[in-house]
Amino acid sequence: MDVMRLRGLVRKESRQIIRDPSSIGIAFFLPVLLLLIFGYGVSLDARHVPLAMVVEKNSPQAMALVSGFNQSDYFLPIPMRSIQEAEQALMHRKVDGIIWLRHNFARQLLMGGKAPIDVIVDGVDSNKARLIEGYVTGVWFNWLERMTGEQGQRLHVPVTVEHRVWFNAEVSSRNYLVPGLIAIIMTLIGAMLTSMVVAREWERGTMEALMVTPVSMKEVIASKIIPYFILGMGGMLLSVLMAVFLFQVPLRGSMWPLIVSSSLFMFTAINMGLLISVVAKSQFVAGQIAIVITFLPAFILSGFVFDIRTMPVVIQWLTHLVAARYFVDILQTLFLAGDIWPLFLTNSAWLAVMALFFLMIIKKKSRKLLE
Amino acid sequence: MLRKIFALMKKEFRTILKNKKTRMVLIIPPIAQILVFGYSASFDLNNVSYAVYNEDSGLASRQLLARFRGAQAFHFVDTVNHGDGIAPLINEKKVMLVLHIGPDFTRNLSKGLPGKIQVILDGRNSNSAMISLNYVRNIVMGFNTHWTAIHGGRHVPGQLVVSSWFNSSLDSHWFIIPGIVALLALVVTLEVTALSVAKEREAGTFDQLLVTPMTPLEILIGKSLPGFIIGFIEATFIIGMTILWFHVPFRGSFLVLYVGIFAFLLSAIGIGLMISSISITQQQGLMGAFLFLVPAVILSGFATPIENMPQFVQYITYLNPMRYFLIIVRSTFLEGASFGLLWNLYWPMVLIGIATLTAAGLLFRNRMY
Repeated sequence: MDVMRLRGLVRKESRQIIRDPSSIGIAFFLPVLLLLIFGYGVSLDARHVPLAMVVEKNSPQAMALVSGFNQSDYFLPIPMRSIQEAEQALMHRKVDGIIWLRHNFARQLLMGGKAPIDVIVDGVDSNKARLIEGYVTGVWFNWLERMTGEQGQRLHVPVTVEHRVWFNAEVSSRNYLVPGLIAIIMTLIGAMLTSMVVAREWERGTMEALMVTPVSMKEVIASKIIPYFILGMGGMLLSVLMAVFLFQVPLRGSMWPLIVSSSLFMFTAINMGLLISVVAKSQFVAGQIAIVITFLPAFILSGFVFDIRTMPVVIQWLTHLVAARYFVDILQTLFLAGDIWPLFLTNSAWLAVMALFFLMIIKKKSRKLLE
Repeated sequence: MLRKIFALMKKEFRTILKNKKTRMVLIIPPIAQILVFGYSASFDLNNVSYAVYNEDSGLASRQLLARFRGAQAFHFVDTVNHGDGIAPLINEKKVMLVLHIGPDFTRNLSKGLPGKIQVILDGRNSNSAMISLNYVRNIVMGFNTHWTAIHGGRHVPGQLVVSSWFNSSLDSHWFIIPGIVALLALVVTLEVTALSVAKEREAGTFDQLLVTPMTPLEILIGKSLPGFIIGFIEATFIIGMTILWFHVPFRGSFLVLYVGIFAFLLSAIGIGLMISSISITQQQGLMGAFLFLVPAVILSGFATPIENMPQFVQYITYLNPMRYFLIIVRSTFLEGASFGLLWNLYWPMVLIGIATLTAAGLLFRNRMY
């Protein structure tokens, strides 16, 4: 590889980037915009869930339960007169659930019977339905303790469960979604920046012009990687700063692993983009491939929102082909848990293997050959 | 007019289908994606790996642990004999949670005092942590009922009776897979349309198209139809897979669903063509497609609910056709919804479609180089 030739190519590539403002926009403007929208927009923690409250007959016990729901931050109770009205509201998606106390609720309670409290949840969004169930159980349990306390007895539950959530004590889904988002956004940016750059040269015929020069293919590839790598790392730095200072995600790990893994991942993402570009040879096809194989797999198979541990084993193997998966794991751990070397090293090793693999195919596919 | 449109449409189909790589990109990924994503996109944990740190040697703790061993959703990994052993297991993601039972668990229980167990969870994915905690609580609840039945004691007054509509077992695949219909239909139509004008611009053939007797409206229709037809076929295929392969119940009517698909494709094609006609190069077209696609998917309610978003982001989602179509697909599948429940979801998509198509048509002529 000749340094002078390489420098010339890098300079040409950098000029092309600078003169087409859209590349710079992608590297800096896009991460900021996406992280802003998603950082605020993506959350799995339901708050102020609208809930229809049907109390057929007022009683102190029923009032106590209703006030429990009123005080809870999770719910936005809406009183309704009849169960029919509440069911209509549920059908029209005005409420996500119904609490139904029948007219004989207080009487059954006083007689010591099992007074049922009917809870109906909209199961369409099953994850949310499950969360609502959990929150309702919490309100119900508080109510039970208060009821039995007023009667002068202690609520007797044989085994109670205490829980400690490590790394994320406030149980905020944003804390793990934001690091994951950085990985997704960076996948996109790497692929978007580079998936067309080689195909463009083929399509415009400038590749043929390059071939008659003494420049080797290695130098061409290196000259495509270097400027985009620098550009991408700039975007990465911005994203990490936003995560820490704007979204207040704790960064418990140290800087070196963050820098090393980010560089590795950026390198892998850019190589992937280049590979697409080299294989496709036309921008149209490269664009289509980039849409199909970068965003959706990174979104669904990386563990960003859907936990990889919930997937069938075959699919878990398949996720090893998605580079974002390793980076999501590294970032979630680095941000929330700190430096956990075994995890960091295995994931980084996988990333390095992927990057080298891509590089090898790129090298093989980009011979100085005309078809 | 019809003949001209038909001729342009034929040419568009040829450019899409002529190239072997393009053909493959249109056919294979949707099949692979519905299969892979259909199985993978889920919030249900069915394999909660756990370790046990049991300091109690009594019978009660063993009975409780036997319930965990017998539970389908739990997967026993390791026993810890010392408090220090917990951290590495959780840190390195060997287990999702550790059950800690203190030394006087059985003694307390037999004295009628509450026996406490502690659950230590990996909060890196807080959603999974909370779901697995619920599973633990359910098992403990079962143990409690059994214990009170044998050893006596008052049962709790005021029982919760929970039922969930439309998805009684709360299987999250039923929520996610119909969403994939919307997701893939959007991706495919954008793929077909977003580069179609930009490609001709870059090659210089678009100027030639403009000097033909075709009006911008005819060009617009000719450019739209292939995306429409391909989107329609792919959507139908994915819906078929959803019903026949994944057995998600379809409780509504196909008419209600397909009117929705029509409106959705209209808006998706409008957006795709608008992006394409703004762009001068294909790279810009691709960027535009991503720039729309990524927020449209993430802010659609596909995985995370729109209601959790702050108000200003919720306002932005009103511009997102996928937001409306997602509700239509899920409602027709799970709720069996009728036009009456859904009419106010159709017109925003049609409106978006008309606005973007008009913009695309105007940009054809006014953005020349």
